[in-house]
Amino acid sequence: MLEALRNFADTYLMWHEGPLIWGSDALILLTVIGIVAVLTYFKKWGWLWREWLTTVDHKKIGIMYMIAALLMLFRGGVDAELMRTQLAFPGNHFLDAEHYNQIFTTHGTIMILFMAMPFIFALFNIVVPLQIGARDVAFPFLNAVSFWLFFFGALLFNISFVFGGSPDAGWVSYPPLSELEFDPGPGENYYLLGIQISGIGSIATGINFLATILKMRAPGMTLMRMPLFTWSVLAASIMIIFAFPALTVALALLLLDRIAGTHFFTMLHGGNPTMFVNLFWIWGHPEVYIVVLPAFGAFSEIVATFSRKRIFGYGSMVSSLMLISIISYFVWVHHFFTMGAGPDVNTFFAIASMAVAIPTGVKVFNWLFTMFQGRIRLSLPMLWAIAFVPCFAIGGATGVMLAVAPADYQYHNSYFLIAHFHQTLIGGVVFGMLAGMYYWWPKMFGFKLDERLGRWAFWFFNAGFYVCFMPQYALGFMGMQRRMYVYPADLGWGPLNLVSTIGAYLMGIGFLFIVAQVVYSIRHGERDLTGDPWDGRTLEWSLPSPVPHYNFAAIPTVTDRDMWWVLKNEGRTEDLQPKSADLKPIHMPKNSGAPFLIGVSFFVAGFGFVFNWWLPAVAGLCGVAACLAWRSFQYDDEYSVPVEEVMATEISLGRL
Amino acid sequence: MAVIERELTQPAQHPERESPSHHESGHLPPEYRDHHQSVRIFGFWLFLATDMLLFACLFATYLVLKTHTDGGPAARDLFDVPGFSAETLILLTSSFTGGLATLAMRRGHQKQVLGWLVATMALGLCFLGLEVKEFATDVSAGATMQRSAFLSAFFTLVGTHGAHVSYGILWMFMVLLQVARRGITAVTARKVFIVNLYWHFLDVVWVFIFTVVYLFGVVM
Ligand code: HEM
Ligand SMILES: [Cu+2]
Repeated sequence: MLEALRNFADTYLMWHEGPLIWGSDALILLTVIGIVAVLTYFKKWGWLWREWLTTVDHKKIGIMYMIAALLMLFRGGVDAELMRTQLAFPGNHFLDAEHYNQIFTTHGTIMILFMAMPFIFALFNIVVPLQIGARDVAFPFLNAVSFWLFFFGALLFNISFVFGGSPDAGWVSYPPLSELEFDPGPGENYYLLGIQISGIGSIATGINFLATILKMRAPGMTLMRMPLFTWSVLAASIMIIFAFPALTVALALLLLDRIAGTHFFTMLHGGNPTMFVNLFWIWGHPEVYIVVLPAFGAFSEIVATFSRKRIFGYGSMVSSLMLISIISYFVWVHHFFTMGAGPDVNTFFAIASMAVAIPTGVKVFNWLFTMFQGRIRLSLPMLWAIAFVPCFAIGGATGVMLAVAPADYQYHNSYFLIAHFHQTLIGGVVFGMLAGMYYWWPKMFGFKLDERLGRWAFWFFNAGFYVCFMPQYALGFMGMQRRMYVYPADLGWGPLNLVSTIGAYLMGIGFLFIVAQVVYSIRHGERDLTGDPWDGRTLEWSLPSPVPHYNFAAIPTVTDRDMWWVLKNEGRTEDLQPKSADLKPIHMPKNSGAPFLIGVSFFVAGFGFVFNWWLPAVAGLCGVAACLAWRSFQYDDEYSVPVEEVMATEISLGRL
Repeated sequence: MAVIERELTQPAQHPERESPSHHESGHLPPEYRDHHQSVRIFGFWLFLATDMLLFACLFATYLVLKTHTDGGPAARDLFDVPGFSAETLILLTSSFTGGLATLAMRRGHQKQVLGWLVATMALGLCFLGLEVKEFATDVSAGATMQRSAFLSAFFTLVGTHGAHVSYGILWMFMVLLQVARRGITAVTARKVFIVNLYWHFLDVVWVFIFTVVYLFGVVM
């Protein structure tokens, strides 16, 4: 018995690995006990279930996405700090090779799929229905399913660390390295299933928001009157719909190789590993634009608001968004110019890759022209937006350098590349999401985040960014390759690596300031009593903060782009106030526990597949089927909010 | 306005809730009359786009790996012309009966809807039976999906389609129960419509499988 337990602990819990694992186990256990204890003590279980786990309200789902994204930013950030600590000195042995492999894999995967994706989905959910004058998304139930698929996919991926072992074949997981033959153990299965489950949720989100934007707009909100953030979500949703199926297939086929013994990407029996690489990047390149376009959208809103000017070149902003989303499908080979596709193929993809810089450049100039002669206020969202411009410009320029196929034979997989993509992913996506978070935070919670602590966070993060990543361009030129866990002293890479690590710590401090800022502001943040703390331009600012669950008591009729700004200037803001005579009962979707249970079922099934344990695998799939069947027979999924209730709410908000 | 205000369980027309875009809703087929149901149909088209791309990726993989037989059985050795012709014929016919179910739904004939749905499901089951038989024959001849990259790609592509068909039959069965219980309402009309949309889509995919996999397989 004891022997069996010990065996279990060594095989699955990896207790032979020592203190790092024991510490994590203890920490996780304590956190779980803590959460359970608090919920029980304050009798909050019912509240948790009714208000959050079963909610279909896009605003709450958005908040849950955001919390998850921030937690994952923390986890990915800890991974990054561990790697940078290991690389700080030549010949360092803080981490061994195996752990380093695992950590860069989980860092990359988490940052892109479990941090950037939920962060953009957070803003999709919180902002889009409010900007287009809708009461919810097109498919609220499906929206909740998406969230729980993301959540349980991320959970499955994360538990690999303490149960069975983390994946270690890089975030791109190229075969044949990621095949069973070279990478036994559950780690890669965790990767494949965690991403697969959350990826299905992402496809559903893409469908949902495309349908929402095309079919649920308020009367008068023509396409060319839509705010630019909504446009960016439209573009990103189209890209999700077209890109994610390729990922689904790539992951599924590799999983078949690993658990069913097929030969898609193996070295034997005719398999072709490069097929995976192509499928992966057919998704992978559009993916980086999927996460950056919403950031562009957020910047467009912020720059216009804080310059107190209409966005410069609205039409060209829209067309460049659309152009980017199209061109980005024809660039994927730039991730493997060195694979030997031949000069003609490489030339095509090199030129296409450079071409993306054109519409992106148009956007940058439009932001600058919007600021030009504007009455600029340097509040936190605007600070991040301004910091984004030079950062992304340098990242874009080094991207064009990488797109020069012959030169890429030098840069490929070096620290030059690492510096480039962090500059676009952090300078673009992270800055954009933080700017968006600061901007829409009062709309979500009814208070602003503290400016002073926010400025500390901003300066630490920004200075840290350049200190961390600028040396890496040089290290790349000096020949340092990515995914090296150790390097000898005599190559002269030591000093620059140390500088880079210091920068990483500065960014870590910046993140801690953000945490402090949130905690401090919950108590002391400036309350937003008007609903329009930034003097905004679009419909969401015409609503109180936080927004009542039905959003609009009466659906507005839109006559202008920047509707709210125009009404404010013409002194007609009461046009958007509900009139008691116009109020009608409001139909809203009912909460449902099914999305959560679907997530749980997928989790159980995924877990079974990871270990080839067929019982949980089949049980989980049956659970999914049962939930779907139940949903099919559910007709009574709406309720009506009576006029009196709407009226009472609006009166208490001072709007009637 | 009426964008979200609607009632799911009630039949389509509600004059007082008509928004301007619904003026000619009398001319629209029943599944489109209620705005909310038409949004769902639109969403389903988007889903079909993603599913189509999923098959496109599987087709691409198949085409790349088609010749990678590793000395094992090739397409020419495996495919049985009468077998796959019968599968094709049956599935095409089922698409036709599915279309008749949609037509009957539009005319409001509940009984006929039920009848055509049953016929469609029965044909779907025959198709599946033949496919299972084909796979079993292949496997017993040693042509398993583990044998070569070509066979991995073949079984995965055709099997994914088969899994879709199985799912479609289960789904159609649930729609059938609902039409039987509730008659033709705005909701059931939409359900009959999209389950058939799905079915036609699978038919289109099969036409590609028939051409790209089976016909090219035996001719080339
Ligand atoms: C806090 C700031 C960050 C630091 C200090 C950092 C640091 C690192 C380091 C040291 C590596 C490994 C380099 C190697 O050995 O090859 C890495 C890889 C990577 N990082 Fe970051 N990172 C940060 C933020 C991010 C963000 C925000 C994202 C994405 C949104 C991201 C995405 C990636 C990816 C995709 C990889 C490649 C993983 C692989 O090689 O498979 N990182 N990062
Ligand atoms: Cu790319």
